[in-house]
Formats: sequence, structure tokens, C-alpha cells
Amino acid sequence: MKMIQVQDLWWKYEAGQQYALKGINTEIDKGEFVAIVGPNDHGKSTLCMCMNGLIPHAFRGEIKGNLEVAGIDTIHSDIPTISTKVGTVLQNPESQFVQMTVVDNIVFGPENLGISPEEIKRRVGSLTKLTRTEGLLERTPDELSGGQKQRVAIASALAMTPEILILDEPTSELDPVGKTEVFSLLGRLKREANLTVVLVSHLMEEIVKYADRVMLLYEGKIELDAPPAEFFSNGDYLADKGVELPQVTEAGYLFDRSKRLLNAYPLTLESAYNAFRNVLTEGR
Amino acid sequence: MTTADEDILRVEGLDFAYPDGTVALRGIDLEIHRGEFLAIIGQNGSGKTTLAKHFNGLLKPSEGDVIIFGMNTKNASVAETTSRVGYVFQNPDHQLCHRTVEEEAAFGPKNLGLSDEEIKNRVNEQLKFFDLEARRNEDPFFLSKAERQRLAIASVLAMHPELIVVDEPTTGMDHRQSVAMLELLDELNKKGYGVVIITHNMQLVAEYAKRVIVMLEGRVCLDGSPREAFTKTEILEKTFLKPPQIARLSLMLSDFGFGVTLNTKEFVETLNEKSIGTRRKR
Repeated sequence: MKMIQVQDLWWKYEAGQQYALKGINTEIDKGEFVAIVGPNDHGKSTLCMCMNGLIPHAFRGEIKGNLEVAGIDTIHSDIPTISTKVGTVLQNPESQFVQMTVVDNIVFGPENLGISPEEIKRRVGSLTKLTRTEGLLERTPDELSGGQKQRVAIASALAMTPEILILDEPTSELDPVGKTEVFSLLGRLKREANLTVVLVSHLMEEIVKYADRVMLLYEGKIELDAPPAEFFSNGDYLADKGVELPQVTEAGYLFDRSKRLLNAYPLTLESAYNAFRNVLTEGR
Repeated sequence: MTTADEDILRVEGLDFAYPDGTVALRGIDLEIHRGEFLAIIGQNGSGKTTLAKHFNGLLKPSEGDVIIFGMNTKNASVAETTSRVGYVFQNPDHQLCHRTVEEEAAFGPKNLGLSDEEIKNRVNEQLKFFDLEARRNEDPFFLSKAERQRLAIASVLAMHPELIVVDEPTTGMDHRQSVAMLELLDELNKKGYGVVIITHNMQLVAEYAKRVIVMLEGRVCLDGSPREAFTKTEILEKTFLKPPQIARLSLMLSDFGFGVTLNTKEFVETLNEKSIGTRRKR
């Protein structure tokens, strides 16, 4: 089942000199995990904001093409309707704090949908555990670190039990383990709840572990869209576009340039360990 | 006269509690020497920013002392301390408050009471170094995030501090922007500035820092070179940190004689070296 369908989508911000998105075509299935990568200011966040309806409903500009998200024609719908199906975690978590305390912020969405107090309590319990925010419930935004705010933003988005979760650099201010936790949480939500995940991130090491597809957005166009193994087999091309490789993949490239010993470039720590161990034991 | 290994900053028995009673720092002792490139790492909420804000007197100890160039921050004015130790906030937008890029960079030197000529020279020098000359008459609001971060640092450096503290220099930047930012800080360090960064990007720490301080629950739990720090995986795990992927890979290959490698180039050099023997035998 198609969860997101984008057909020849163009968008220009009112103040923009040129189109930020130039003819985007893509389809995303229910339960798919798609990572969007690419340099800053090449359209990643803009595409996310089209998928959750902030574009065109909260920004002025010029839109062309078609966009259907969870069965909603977002261009001709409105944000309240879209937000029942699409959860969003923005780059800057501060902009998502609508209420004074953490717990009020998490329950804000479900309360507005008229969800029962018992169900809301249950969601708060499980979500705060999931996001390591249990101890923060009565805090206000200025009493939270950047990483804590990001975790609260994720809990708040999930409290609406969305079908699609859109996250724009949700781990930029988290410590390394916090980053890993967010990715493993997203992986679990995809696996267990068949949640559709669209994620913007620069964290290639985690992307290769969880994403079904990696999409390169460059100058407002999708320049590459493939499963991680295929995507990262374009090392020189990606380097040219300013896209980082997972360190172990890069090591595979640097090593293999002269030797041609590896069958495929390793993507994960485990596969790199196996590949390089073979290199080291060959002929022993 | 100052010598190369002189302490420019000394922290002695520092405890700090916020007004609401939350204890943020406990019993910290450390020295920062001239010309160091130091990274402070630790999980969210471990006290990194609170500690760094003591380095120029933005915060003052509840107990203990912070001595900056011989001045105790308890007695020195913020004007005295901030001109010697520059502090760049985590979010540059919390710092930028002027109408043009040029005015922003001139603000610090103006407050030092320098001559117009000297202010102009310093502003030109910084805008040139940070590649912002073409944008000098623009509103900082219209700069990209990476440019605003560069401007925030330029504005602090215009006061000619000897030590600069940058809280999260690369948050929100892409790979190229992050590397470019660290290259700039590295260049400043080579010019003789002391550099302190707070970051979660272990790859950048491994590549650029010469010394790492690991914070855990308000204490310093590790202080050493990146190579030493990234070997202590059991301590790092407790602090929600982990070495860069390539360092972890090298640790997994320790049976083959690998030490910790800090970047992919170093890893591949080691791999070449260790696999020569095996290739000869074939």
C-alpha cells in the first residue's frame, strides 16, 4: 500500500530566487523507512514540510504537482487533518514546544483529539519510557538540554499514534548513545507497528542499519534513490556531492582502491570486521 | 612573560549548584595550557556547558576557584575575563543581536574601548578569516546556519581572547560544513589560540582534538589524548559515549595487532601494514 505518493512536485518559497524542489517523483510504501540525505539547503527539510502539510499551508510560495500522504491530498487539505495521520519531529525542538511542561506537551495532541484520559495516561507511560523522558515530566523547556528536548519532541509526535513519522535531523543534539537509541526506537516502531518513517539525517552509520531506501536530494532533485548497499556503492559520486560514507565503507574504498580484495564494500561494523578479518587471515 | 606550557586556566575544587539546588559540578580540578585543543565530551546533562561557562566567568563557582590568567573569576569583572577567554554559545542565534554582520563583529572590540581604527582592523581581519566579507552589510538573520556560527566565532575573536570556547560548533551542519568549521578552529589553534570545543561528534574529536575531557554526572571521569580516551570503552559506555566507528573497528581487530585508529586513513595504513605479511605468503 502506498503511504506517500509524490508526482512532479515543484515548490518555490515566496522570497526564493529559484525553486527549492524541482520535479520530485517518488512513492513510499506503508512500513517503509526512507532516509533523505544530502548537503544542507538542497531541499531535504523542504520536502519534509511538503509531506506534513506545513508547505503550502504555513508557508507562502508557489506549488505545482501532486502529493498524497496517508490517503490525504495534502495540498488541498489542512494541517489539523494531516496531523492526525502524520507526526513530525522538527530540526529545532524548541519550535515544537506549545505547552509549559513536558507532560502537557506530550498530551496536548491526544487531548485535542478527544482521546480518553486512561488511554492518554497509558501512552504517556510507555512513550516516556521509550524515549527516556520519565524523569522530566514536570520540567519546562528552559530546564531541558537540547537532547532532552529532542526526545520530548519524539514522544509528543508519537502520542498522536501517527501512521507516518517525519523526522528532520531528530538526533543532532543527542549524545552518541542517545542517537543510537532514537534509531533503534524508529526501527522498532517500523517493525512492530508497521510505522512509515521518513527521516532526514547525516548519521550514515545508523542509516545503513535501519533504512530500506536512501534518497539523495541535491539541488532540489532526487539524484539517487536506492537500498543502502547500492546507494553507498557510489562512493566517488557521493563524495563529489558532499555526502559522507559510513567510516567502515570509506575504509573499504580506501583499501580496495589498490587491492581489489573486497567483494563488496562493508556497510556495517560487523560486515567490515568480517571483510577485513578475511583480508588479514588470507594466506596465513 | 609567558611560557609555552604555562597554565592559562586553572580550576580547583570546583563545585557548582544552580539556584534551584541542582548540583551540576562536583570537585573538578583541571588545568588548561597555552595552545591546547581540548574537547569536552559527555552525555546530555553531564555538565559540559556548565563547566565551560566557568571558563570565562559567565558562571561563578559555588565552591572552589577558577583562575584565568592569574585572575580569580570570583573577584574579576566579566569584562576582564571575557576579553581573555571568548565563549561562543551553543546556538549562535542566542548571541547575534545586531543589524549587520559588520556591527555584530564590532560589538566586542567597541566594548573594550578600542580606537575606531583598531576596531575596523579587527573586524576586517575576522570577516576575512571567516569568509564573511561579502556579507558585511547584511542582516545576520539572512545568513545560513553555518555562516551565523562563523559570525558568532568571529565576533568573539575580534576581542582577541587567548582562549576560545565553542559550545557545539557543528550542530545542524552537514559533513562538509562541519569539516570546514573544524579546519578553521584548527587553523586558529595553529596560530596559537587555545581552543576548547564541546561536541557530540566523536569523529571530529578523534580527528582534531589533542586532549579530551569526559564528563559524567558533574565530574571529570577521563582526561587524556583521544587515542587514550577511545581505548577506555568501558568508561565511555557508562557515559553514553562511544568511539567513532573506525576506532571501534580497530579495537575489534586488536587480535591482529591493531591499536586504536582515529580515522579511516590511519586504519587503512594499519591494514596495509598488517596484511603485507599475509600477502607475501600467498
